[in-house]
Amino acid sequence: MNTTKTDTVPVRTGEDTVRARQRVKAWMAELRFSLVEQTKMATAVSELARNAVVHGGGGSARLELMADGGRTGIRVTFEDQGPGTADIEKALKGGFSTGGGLGLGLSGARRLVNEFEIWSEPGKGTRVTITRWK
Amino acid sequence: MDRIPILQVGDFLLVSIQVDMHDRLAMTLQDDLADQVVSKRASGVLIDISSLEVVDSFIGRMLGNMASMARVLGAEAVVVGMQPAVAITIVELGLSLTNVRTALNVDKGMELLRALVNPAAEEGGREHDQD
Repeated sequence: MNTTKTDTVPVRTGEDTVRARQRVKAWMAELRFSLVEQTKMATAVSELARNAVVHGGGGSARLELMADGGRTGIRVTFEDQGPGTADIEKALKGGFSTGGGLGLGLSGARRLVNEFEIWSEPGKGTRVTITRWK
Repeated sequence: MDRIPILQVGDFLLVSIQVDMHDRLAMTLQDDLADQVVSKRASGVLIDISSLEVVDSFIGRMLGNMASMARVLGAEAVVVGMQPAVAITIVELGLSLTNVRTALNVDKGMELLRALVNPAAEEGGREHDQD
């Protein structure tokens, strides 16, 4: 598996969240992902970027273009140095939220992508990686 | 652009969201809409989201809030023009938008609003079909 292109964008504000989802959608449009695939990934990016801003005190999103054999994918890794959580399972359950949202952020994002990985440690931060393959 | 414009068309308010909204802009719209439903004595609100390429849980919640708020203030609300890819995505995301009335486009939405606001007058001779 090779990474053929990378880009890192800040996610510190609501405007950054918009820029991050637009950037990902533009990359996927260029790769001719279907509109539904673009929309699902952009929506997942929006949820996770907001989580990083609201819960993580801001962080970054790293975009990667992946090539694996004959298939192409896009991977986005969100990282923050916020309070993190000890209870990832609870955070992943839809409906749970401490940020006043619908609590669909993490669980919803996971449903919209092909691969989802999360690491979080209290006091250290949270890292979420999502991938969508074509 | 710091505000989404709200247009008055007769007794209705028309909101066409033409920009990719960040959360604060969405909150401002929600507040502005509540103010205007009251100050313009609107009986209906039409929200056109045909330009929105992403509706995530926050924007979805905001659309639901605006519809509920309009209803509490005595107005009907209809959301129109959702892109098919957005519809597929929000269902998978887990957003139900159960409290939001929707219509295919602005024309259908206006028709629905008129019927909701004044059911007896809609389409002439149908008034006696009710009850």
